[in-house]
Amino acid sequence: MSDFDTVLGLGDDVLIAAQRLAEWTSRAHDLEEDIALSNIALDLLGQARALLTHAGHLEGAGRDEDALAFLRDDRQFRNVLLVELPRGDFATTIVRLLFLSARLWERYTRLSQGEDATLAAIAAKAVKETAYHLDHAAQWTIRLGDGTEESHARAQRAVDEQWPYTFELTGESGRQAWLDRVVPVLDKATLTRPDPDPAFRPGGGRDGLHSEHLGYLLAEMQHLHRSHPGATW
Amino acid sequence: MVNVRDIAGGVLDPELPQLTIDELGILRDAHAEGQRAVVTITPTYTACPALETIRADIATALRDEGWAEIDIHTVFAPAWSSDWITDSGREKLERAGIAPPGAMPETGVRNLPLLPPPAPRCPRCESTDVEQLSRFGPTACLALWRCRGCAEPFEYFKSHLSCG
Repeated sequence: MSDFDTVLGLGDDVLIAAQRLAEWTSRAHDLEEDIALSNIALDLLGQARALLTHAGHLEGAGRDEDALAFLRDDRQFRNVLLVELPRGDFATTIVRLLFLSARLWERYTRLSQGEDATLAAIAAKAVKETAYHLDHAAQWTIRLGDGTEESHARAQRAVDEQWPYTFELTGESGRQAWLDRVVPVLDKATLTRPDPDPAFRPGGGRDGLHSEHLGYLLAEMQHLHRSHPGATW
Repeated sequence: MVNVRDIAGGVLDPELPQLTIDELGILRDAHAEGQRAVVTITPTYTACPALETIRADIATALRDEGWAEIDIHTVFAPAWSSDWITDSGREKLERAGIAPPGAMPETGVRNLPLLPPPAPRCPRCESTDVEQLSRFGPTACLALWRCRGCAEPFEYFKSHLSCG
């Protein structure tokens, strides 16, 4: 993969994750968590803006962050499938945030020491935000998993349903570091770790092969920009 | 003409107007290159929505003092740290009812099992008998706490690791 593909994939991961997370704004179960999820979505959006801007520079074709975010169709997005799945219930969102943040933390840490100075600067900034998100998701996962019968059941279902998608998220090489970060949280949350070697491992996002959910997400995200080109606030 | 550093350094943060951007550690550099004013700022958080306003405010302040050619750069590296908030900035935060951040000696993510974050001191009564209400607040840099001593809620400027 070229540097452009790598940065674009990462930028798309956090952009789509931000858009999904923002769906909770004004809908969470209490004000504090509503603000928390919105804050995290905003952090991810900020990372996406920096990454997509940098991807545009690497590509050298004159595309800026807006062109990349708003003027591509689903087949041109390179995010992993996990981030585009419907947001589900609160447990689904929290477990997904745990899975994603654990992976992002590893990637940003490595990129912050890389040769691309611009990317290293973005990553060094983002890793601090990601550490906070990871901590938040871990605390909630423990509270839900080790909570009531209902919250435990929902958290376990959230883990079981999304686990297959984490293989695309981590890849082979990033698997162990990710497990080292996620499994202790699941253990503390009294949640059962699913089959470590399942046959069902959906993927293809990095090649632009997405689920139908992404199209609906993009329709909402891109509608304004495409209907009113050049619109400003 | 007034010194570029003094003009840019005097611009107030739009979210925390008690403090200048210099006191918040957002202003990284400001100097003149001939007739051109060159200013470099860094965001507290990547997505800080105040940054555009800060850029506009710096430009306005410079123009008011007669600078016509203005360059304002935004840099991410080195990443902003709450350790960069000056002593006068910390005093002003406390006077505004916002607990200033503690020093963050840690580097990297905290290991599991999770440790509680460092607790602030109530900016009103100085009690250390405080509890966290929410890890997130009205802006990316603030968290919500409550004092058990005087029973008042207050905001806490989150400590932010100095290096990833």
